[in-house]
Amino acid sequence: MTIKPGEVAIVGAAETTKLGAIPDMAQIMLHADAALNAMADAGLKPSDIDGVACVGQMMPQQIAHYLGITPKWVDGTGVGGCSFMLHVRHAAAAIHAGYAKTILITHGESGKSRINPIPRPPEPQSLNGQFEAPFGPMGPPTLFPIPVLRYMKKYGVTHEQMAMVAVVQREWAAKNPRAAFRDPITVEDVLNSRMIAYPFRLLQCCLVTDGGGALILTSAERAKDFPTKPCYILGSGESVETTMVSQMEDFTSSRAFRVAGPEAFRMAGLKHSDVDHLMIYDAFAHLPMYGLEDLGFVGRGEAKDFIWEGNTRPGGKLPLNTNGGGLSYTHTGMYGMFALQESVRQVRGTAPAQVPNVKISVAHGVGGMFSASGTVVLSNQQP
Amino acid sequence: MTLEPGRPRPEPTPETKFFWDGTKNGKLLLQRCGDTGKPYFPPRPFSPYTGTRNVEVFEASGRATLHSYVIHHRPVPGFKPPYAIAVVELEEGPRMMTNIVDCPQTPEALVLDMPLEVAFTKMDDDITLALFRPAKGA
Repeated sequence: MTIKPGEVAIVGAAETTKLGAIPDMAQIMLHADAALNAMADAGLKPSDIDGVACVGQMMPQQIAHYLGITPKWVDGTGVGGCSFMLHVRHAAAAIHAGYAKTILITHGESGKSRINPIPRPPEPQSLNGQFEAPFGPMGPPTLFPIPVLRYMKKYGVTHEQMAMVAVVQREWAAKNPRAAFRDPITVEDVLNSRMIAYPFRLLQCCLVTDGGGALILTSAERAKDFPTKPCYILGSGESVETTMVSQMEDFTSSRAFRVAGPEAFRMAGLKHSDVDHLMIYDAFAHLPMYGLEDLGFVGRGEAKDFIWEGNTRPGGKLPLNTNGGGLSYTHTGMYGMFALQESVRQVRGTAPAQVPNVKISVAHGVGGMFSASGTVVLSNQQP
Repeated sequence: MTLEPGRPRPEPTPETKFFWDGTKNGKLLLQRCGDTGKPYFPPRPFSPYTGTRNVEVFEASGRATLHSYVIHHRPVPGFKPPYAIAVVELEEGPRMMTNIVDCPQTPEALVLDMPLEVAFTKMDDDITLALFRPAKGA
């Protein structure tokens, strides 16, 4: 039988104790620190967990063994920074199917200190290694913005409008004591910051930090017995397109976004006007614009004005990236976990920059350079 | 032009060897789907449109337009910043990542949709890259 909206809930959620620079923890300990905090949040011990999901090859067994968990369900889906949205979706299906009762999803990344990190070279025989690497890309700041000039030309987006994304997110970060950057910035500040990869400057690129997060999911039926307010999963979606940004079919829109987002809304049975709070993974300043349009919150080419006019800022009608986002809060390398954590806080009513009366939050993630996508719809009310 | 040493070197696989043999011989080779007639890239011995293994290799014109790019300002082995990492749209339809040579690496000189032509650039005895330059007479 098809899974129903609200059949599974998040009952434990936490980030690592520290965020930013954590030079005293290897990557595996960042997973564990977040997992122990999430278990404390839910009142659970490792022996209570029977399912584990985390990103990458051989990782579920590393994390399960490190934490002393004997899982009967695992998921090592690794499609980049939105993998956790996919883990939530897969875990909900597993709980629905009876494969596991209590699933732990972990993220830890020593992005800044680089203590035992995951290596990320493009192999010279891979398609990326043959058809992108020879032309000089050096990581996400050179690849993720590749489509931006085409998007800006098509919709007449100015550099000022693209800078405003970072300005608005800093307004949210200013309200968040855990955000890495909290001082207010202006459009001029953004446009005067150091050029990284034209058209993007430093303040339009995400942070690089250490940190992690963990989530614990169980059935809605069992969720009522937990100490935390359940965050019900109303819907979810996932998709992938290509590892090569040069090969995405449309430089002004993400196919993976256009599949994952609408599927999550369909499952949840929601309209856009039902959404009180939104997270769109912002590794770079253009992502909230693509996300708003591809998820259908605004029409094509309308995101620039929607953001410029203040709709996503504190007090606006669609609060977006309320932790400060990857641009100002934190970005370990796989930020999707932090977008989910903020959605959980907002529906629990415990966010530092709490939006009044959030009932429904959408967390939308990207993986790679428009390579993958996952969307999760959360609510504090079971339909 | 000659390339700076240190640029990542592609390693052909059985599926892509024809492409790299082509650039070595001054030909930009693409493949075309036998069912739809549509060209595609990167190389693979079947059509991404229909799954048919009935595909043919053909020589592209080498003409393209500038689809999008970034100008990287930070040091990378094999490159002198600032340098553009570009995606061009070939006349036949497919897009590919490349660099734009014989052209200032500035937003003023690099105008979207400007006409380009292929500039085969030798990396070593086995590998020649398909770079692009502003089209002559454009």
